[in-house]
Amino acid sequence: MTTFLGLLNYWVVIALMMTGLYIVIAASNYIKKIIGLNIFQTAVFIMYISIGKVSGGTAPILTGQPEIYSNPLPHVLILTAIVVGVATTALGLALIVRIRSAFGTIDDHDVRESVNE
Amino acid sequence: MQHHLVLNLVAKILIPFIILFALYVQFHGDYGPGGGFQAGVIFGAGFILYGIIFGKDLAVRVVPLPLVYCMTAVGVLLYTLVGVAGMLLGGEFLNYSVLLPDSIAGQHLGILLIELGVGITVASVMISLFFSYAQYTHRDEQQSDNQDR
Amino acid sequence: MNALTPHLSALQIILPLLAAPLCTIFRLPRVTWGIAMVVGVLCSFNAIAILEQVQSSGTIIYALGGWAAPWGIEYRIDDANAFVLVIISVINVFGILYARTSIPAELSEDRISWLYTAWLLCFTGLCGITISGDVFNVFVFLEISSLSTYVLVSFGTDKRALTAALRYLIVGTVAATFYVIGIGLLYALTGTLNMADLAQRLPEVTAHRTVLVAFGFITVGLSIKMALFPFHTWLPNAYAFAPNAVTAFLAGTATKAAIYVFMRLVLTIFPAGFFANSTIAYLIILAVGILGAFVASTIAFFRQDLKQMFAWSSIGQIGYMAIGLGLATSAGVAASFLHLFNHALMKTAVFMAIGCLFVATGSTTLNSLKNAGKRMPWTSAAILIGGLSLIGIPFTTGFVSKWYLVTAALELDMWWLAALVLAGSLVTAAYVWKFVETAYFRTDSNTTYTRSEAPLSLLIPTWILVIANIYFGINAQFTGTQALRAANAIFGFSS
Repeated sequence: MTTFLGLLNYWVVIALMMTGLYIVIAASNYIKKIIGLNIFQTAVFIMYISIGKVSGGTAPILTGQPEIYSNPLPHVLILTAIVVGVATTALGLALIVRIRSAFGTIDDHDVRESVNE
Repeated sequence: MQHHLVLNLVAKILIPFIILFALYVQFHGDYGPGGGFQAGVIFGAGFILYGIIFGKDLAVRVVPLPLVYCMTAVGVLLYTLVGVAGMLLGGEFLNYSVLLPDSIAGQHLGILLIELGVGITVASVMISLFFSYAQYTHRDEQQSDNQDR
Repeated sequence: MNALTPHLSALQIILPLLAAPLCTIFRLPRVTWGIAMVVGVLCSFNAIAILEQVQSSGTIIYALGGWAAPWGIEYRIDDANAFVLVIISVINVFGILYARTSIPAELSEDRISWLYTAWLLCFTGLCGITISGDVFNVFVFLEISSLSTYVLVSFGTDKRALTAALRYLIVGTVAATFYVIGIGLLYALTGTLNMADLAQRLPEVTAHRTVLVAFGFITVGLSIKMALFPFHTWLPNAYAFAPNAVTAFLAGTATKAAIYVFMRLVLTIFPAGFFANSTIAYLIILAVGILGAFVASTIAFFRQDLKQMFAWSSIGQIGYMAIGLGLATSAGVAASFLHLFNHALMKTAVFMAIGCLFVATGSTTLNSLKNAGKRMPWTSAAILIGGLSLIGIPFTTGFVSKWYLVTAALELDMWWLAALVLAGSLVTAAYVWKFVETAYFRTDSNTTYTRSEAPLSLLIPTWILVIANIYFGINAQFTGTQALRAANAIFGFSS
């Protein structure tokens, strides 16, 4: 039980990661694929942020007294990764909008069919 | 959505405060939580709210599209040029300590300008994203209207 | 000039990063092309200066923002990345030179400035991947280049370019996220993101199973980015439907930067011998390389569209680079580096020639090629020489890289591998022959053909690369020594 609760963050990460990856692979609707991608990325964000936490640590602001503080670096890294994720999502959605007007559908199967014809 | 009186009124009251808060987050970023990314998004949200409530055409009159595109570039340029200024003054790229004779004041100035660049770019990217999607549905509807006739 | 010397490595990033927003502001097609060209030329001189500096005074270390290495981000350039940097920058110049005439033929006037903005950002990202000494910084640059590549691909004229770009986006993002998971695990173990620091600290924790998991995530993520065989699905359509100049540029640069990072991480950062000792990992890379070389070349044979055909051929050639890497000896890695250079030369030339074909005939299918040997002698000859080089005929660059690869295999007494590499050439010869047959021998004698050669502005950059292809095939001294130095740098990092 302790191993399960002690590693709770990793279980959450794995569950989210697999959910996201499954949606990316299994969904045929492009927007669903992009949402799956977002869930997948979020899993990684949680992984980074949870490993930066030091139990009992405070916010990393220097007050002069020796203190235990959480590692701020993973947060900074993930801020960058979130921005990358937003850019990816925006670009993906923009492409989907154009696919809709070019093919008349946003379903992967239909697009493949219309290309083969 | 112009005919929704409540939305109309609330938006009119809120938008100035949203933008003011964005500026607070922007310029408070080197002392406390905040910074360019967050401020840019809040700033952009103010304009997007305006665009949603009062329509895209009015919003475009406030910030013309070419200006928005230009601002995305200006932010990146500001960021890079601050970095280059550090190089010209004898430090490395993005070394803020050399910007002013007092290295701590230099660091303050440097991060302030850098975050300003980030804020400008993020805000204008958000606004231009909204405009491009909004513009699209508009054009799409017109096309289908033409087909109906 | 002397004042610039310490900043050369930063300038390689700053110049294209400054130029990209300028292209957004000055939206005239000619002006944006001019900006891109000037920056491209400056960057390649800069890259050559960096190579010279590395050779004369050793590894260049540049601490960004004045923050020293384990805390700040550093650019770290040794023989290996300096060599790759030169390849990317020089190919970029020819790509832009070619784009001047090629792009307006495929793109409406008002979108050209956006294309060059994306192009310059992509170039920034590729340079950044190559020179950065910080694994997370590599991720950021990887995504800068990838995001702009998706945009570049979506500029293609065919509507299938859009779906190709979207599929590339989905697969590419999954790949980048895998890479981030891998370095996150490494960070959790060692508390550092700096490559040199990681190489020092990882041996202490090798016993941990997490290292193996991180290794798996990183290799799979980067394999997707470099289109190694079973992870190649995004590449054929992305290359086939992108604008011709973009295909030529990407074929010579994008996968190359990813391959470099792969080598750097797998061979340098993971403890010396971790890769070669874990026999399974190294056998997998070898097997995947061989399979890729054969399967992709076979599929290339069945493609009716020239761009598709040579896109599949790219996957096969990446297989050869993986074989050299999988040998995990300095001779093998040198062969990979050499092939990286040679393949960039030949594939860019081939895709440029295909672009010439498109401008002249409006199509890139094999059917439109009938009599091309007579109608467009220069264009066909360029594709032919590129094809011969892919096979590995003597006096072309392809021969030199095959020679190095076979020698490296024989050094380890892997005669079967040498035989397989040579057999792979036969498969390559099959699809190149298909082109030769259509272009030169399938003639309808009834009709008369007028010469309809592509404009000179397209032929000149193509032929410069073709001639370079032959030159470096005859005189391989420069490339050979550089590749060997690069391989030694990859192995000698941690010492």
